[in-house]
Amino acid sequence: MSPANPMNRRKDRIDELAATSGGGTATLVREAGAVDEKPGVSLIASAWKRLRRNPVFLIGATISLLFVVLALVSPFIAPHDPAVGYLLDKVRPQSNPVPGPEPGFPLGADDVGRDLLSRLIVGSQQTLLVGVVATLFGLAGGLVLGILAGAFGGWVDALVMRVVDVLLSIPSLLLAFSIAALATRATQLTVIIAVAAVQVPIFARLLRGSLLAQRHSDHVLAARALGVTERAVVFRHMLPNALGPVIVQSTLVLATSIIDAAALSFLGLGNPNDRRPEWGQMLGRAQQYIYDSPHLAVYPALCIIFVALGFTLMGESLREALDPKSRR
Amino acid sequence: MARFIIRRLLQMVGVVFVLSLLLFFWLRSLPGGTVSAILGERATPETRAALTKALGLDQPIWVQYGKFLGRAVRGDFGASTKVLPGADAFDIFLTRFPATVELSFFALLIAVVLAIPLGYLSARRANSPLDSGLVIVSLVGVAVPVFFLAFLLKYQLAVEHNVFPVSGRQDNLNCTRVTNFFVLDGLLTRELDCSVSALKHLVLPSVALATIPFAVIYRITRASVLEVLGEDYVRTAESKGLTARVIRGRHVLRNALLPVVTTIGLQTGGLLAGAVLTEKVFNWGGIGNALADAFQFRDYSVLQVLILAAAGIYVIINLLVDISYAVIDPRVRTR
Amino acid sequence: MTATATTPRTHRHGDEPLLSVRDLRVTFTRQGEEPFTAVDGVSFDVRPGQTVGLVGESGCGKSVTSLAIMGLLPTRGNRVEGTATFDGTDLLRLSGSDMRDRRGRDIAMIFQDPLSSLNPVVPVGRQVTEVLERHRGMSRKAATPLARDLLQRVGIPDPDRRLKDYPHQMSGGMRQRALIAMALACAPRLLIADEPTTALDVTIQAQILSLLKELVQDTGTALVMITHDLGVVAGLCDEVNVLYGGRIVERGERHELFAEPRHPYTNGLLASIPRLDSERAPLTPIPGSVSDNLPWTSACAFAPRCSQPVEVCTRQTPALEESAGRALRCFNPVEVTR
Repeated sequence: MSPANPMNRRKDRIDELAATSGGGTATLVREAGAVDEKPGVSLIASAWKRLRRNPVFLIGATISLLFVVLALVSPFIAPHDPAVGYLLDKVRPQSNPVPGPEPGFPLGADDVGRDLLSRLIVGSQQTLLVGVVATLFGLAGGLVLGILAGAFGGWVDALVMRVVDVLLSIPSLLLAFSIAALATRATQLTVIIAVAAVQVPIFARLLRGSLLAQRHSDHVLAARALGVTERAVVFRHMLPNALGPVIVQSTLVLATSIIDAAALSFLGLGNPNDRRPEWGQMLGRAQQYIYDSPHLAVYPALCIIFVALGFTLMGESLREALDPKSRR
Repeated sequence: MARFIIRRLLQMVGVVFVLSLLLFFWLRSLPGGTVSAILGERATPETRAALTKALGLDQPIWVQYGKFLGRAVRGDFGASTKVLPGADAFDIFLTRFPATVELSFFALLIAVVLAIPLGYLSARRANSPLDSGLVIVSLVGVAVPVFFLAFLLKYQLAVEHNVFPVSGRQDNLNCTRVTNFFVLDGLLTRELDCSVSALKHLVLPSVALATIPFAVIYRITRASVLEVLGEDYVRTAESKGLTARVIRGRHVLRNALLPVVTTIGLQTGGLLAGAVLTEKVFNWGGIGNALADAFQFRDYSVLQVLILAAAGIYVIINLLVDISYAVIDPRVRTR
Repeated sequence: MTATATTPRTHRHGDEPLLSVRDLRVTFTRQGEEPFTAVDGVSFDVRPGQTVGLVGESGCGKSVTSLAIMGLLPTRGNRVEGTATFDGTDLLRLSGSDMRDRRGRDIAMIFQDPLSSLNPVVPVGRQVTEVLERHRGMSRKAATPLARDLLQRVGIPDPDRRLKDYPHQMSGGMRQRALIAMALACAPRLLIADEPTTALDVTIQAQILSLLKELVQDTGTALVMITHDLGVVAGLCDEVNVLYGGRIVERGERHELFAEPRHPYTNGLLASIPRLDSERAPLTPIPGSVSDNLPWTSACAFAPRCSQPVEVCTRQTPALEESAGRALRCFNPVEVTR
């Protein structure tokens, strides 16, 4: 299909991103040399040089880093156990369903008397888990399909890519809902699988695209000419060069996974077990008290927005830095 | 041009075939299989066996697939179990579809009318404070969960400050129904108060639904205009001394809007996912709300129809986008 | 130095220059980077009907010079100094809209890559008529027969059909002809051609060059020919300016310059043209590239690549010295052998 073929812009966008991988290393390095007025500056080095000065990247990276650190240390800094209903005796279903702030509980409690602040802090952990594991699952699935298509070629490639294209043509959130609906009883794992499944076709197309772009590139031809085995060519020469777009896509997927998980909770397709809180789950379930106690929804929502924005900012600035087109 | 459309239609047949296969296997892998999915888990073994035979589930899989296709073509997906017990699932789709189309239309209108001019402006003033501000707004727009934004709008503008109605599609005005597009109906029957009421109800949900398409269309427009502004033919146009207006319209926008058109098409198809969430918040009587209920209560007959419909709509929109693309881009047309 | 055997065409057209560029200097400033002077004090004249060449490698500032004269440099990130007097007015001081009125009417330009220089979604005919609509105030309908004639004049066969064609339906040579038709639509007095043949096949190059030569002779249009190819200059230009590192290093009437290059760079350029008629002389490329002189120093910009540098070359930049219709910027010019 030619670049002008409009069949599916989403496919084109993925392919464009794929094309930013190390396919044309020689030209990239040459262009980088022209920009930096020093020949031989590598793609990564020149990208890093520009990222270091890019405030968008710095903000995004800082937010993402803070989030990861918070998730790691959260059990130690949370003032209370997030699963214990300390203020349960203050909950009155009719008059006071959600206890307000009081000494020791600065944000108040939820509908079963558990400390809201602690749940938010500890919630970062499961949120990070959902984001990271969903991204890894999506990546792994995409890797298998992408390599399958890229390595076998022929009808395997055609079949895999046709299915991938059809999956891409279904609105992704709807696909996630449909897959989540397959589970009789929702758990954290089914949520992760539903969210990750949506990413599989995206990663598959991305990887296949960049593998294909490299198949005919000079460095791969050179490796072949030197008698490197096919497996070594794929794993040592082609996959590492596809890493750039994959990292970019992963950061963006981390953000969408967290948002999508919240949507699943909102529709009642999320994990019903809330002993270990997760922001999306907290937000999804807060709808029952949205008019009387909107803060129950607002806090986790702000956390999600903040973190999703952080990963998105980082991903977008990475994409820009790795895109040879933006080097002019 | 005709050859182009025929070729696209043939490609579409392939897509629909794969799609039907996917839906078929999705149905087969539902918890407890298709029978439980339709009868629920508490059905007696006798009725289960009867339905298994009636549905032909004891037959080879390719026969089953054929029958499934046959039923799908006739619009026979069985009765709703939970969303509207007893009602024909396909009828639910038909009666509720206009509401979603109306909502999506206004959401898309808002998104396009704001996103394209702002995207153009942003590109013309790249790296200005205005541009940076708009880029940040668009990034935040994508990061906010749609249903939370919907709640926020509803809470602030409907519950707290009674500016707009809280939910539903129209006040109870005894309006005449013609097409089930309420705004249009009011205009057709000269019941203008009906149209006004429908419009008021439309504001909040369509704004909520418009955020993601706005953000996406805005960013594509910005990127595309930025790219076109650096093209040689824009410099040629400048070298011919053409007026700024002609350069903007004929040389910049006309080229820059090509990718925007596909993006708009893509977003139209994707609106249904957002509509599931938005319609639920505003209790909108469309297929999005029905889908939300169907997901929540696992009403698989309704899910079948609506998912197939969603995918079908998507495929049709893709075709329309392709055709419109061929109309505006001569390179596609003559290939 | 031999006396000029042929009378330069210059003298036939009177001595009042049509375009007079003086001390043109273009500096690009990018945030966080050293300012870069792409054009550094370039001066030259173009008389009515004359064809002047600006020759040099890529990066020598020849294209920037032309864009600066046309007012087509990006509005931000650069500083343009000096004057470019056209018909009594300094183009560099004109307001945006005044310059817009002149572009396409008094001064026109054709570019290097005819495919990317044409709007892909507008029919070629429309791209010709829009110039007439703009500057002649014609309606599109009235302009169409004129556009048709223009296409015919630049040698496009079946112009009626071609009016409706899109650029991608034409061949490379045809596209460049269409671009020339657009540039000549309002019979400009000055045409700037920026590497008009570089993107074309060799046979097409020759056709386009002879077309340009014929058109400027017929219409009396002055032509500034920007190229890296001395072969193009040899067949077309009355006067040649050789640029290096943003400065003019040598200027002369075409025949004189080719017969007696004085600057080592010009000499090198001539020696690096492959010649079919002499098997004996090996091809001698000039080592290095233009970017070798960066960052800017007080030395002669060409010194690092020069075949015969002397001590003073590394300390200061030679000035451009004019004598007997020629100009030269060198401390140690090539000896005249004849």
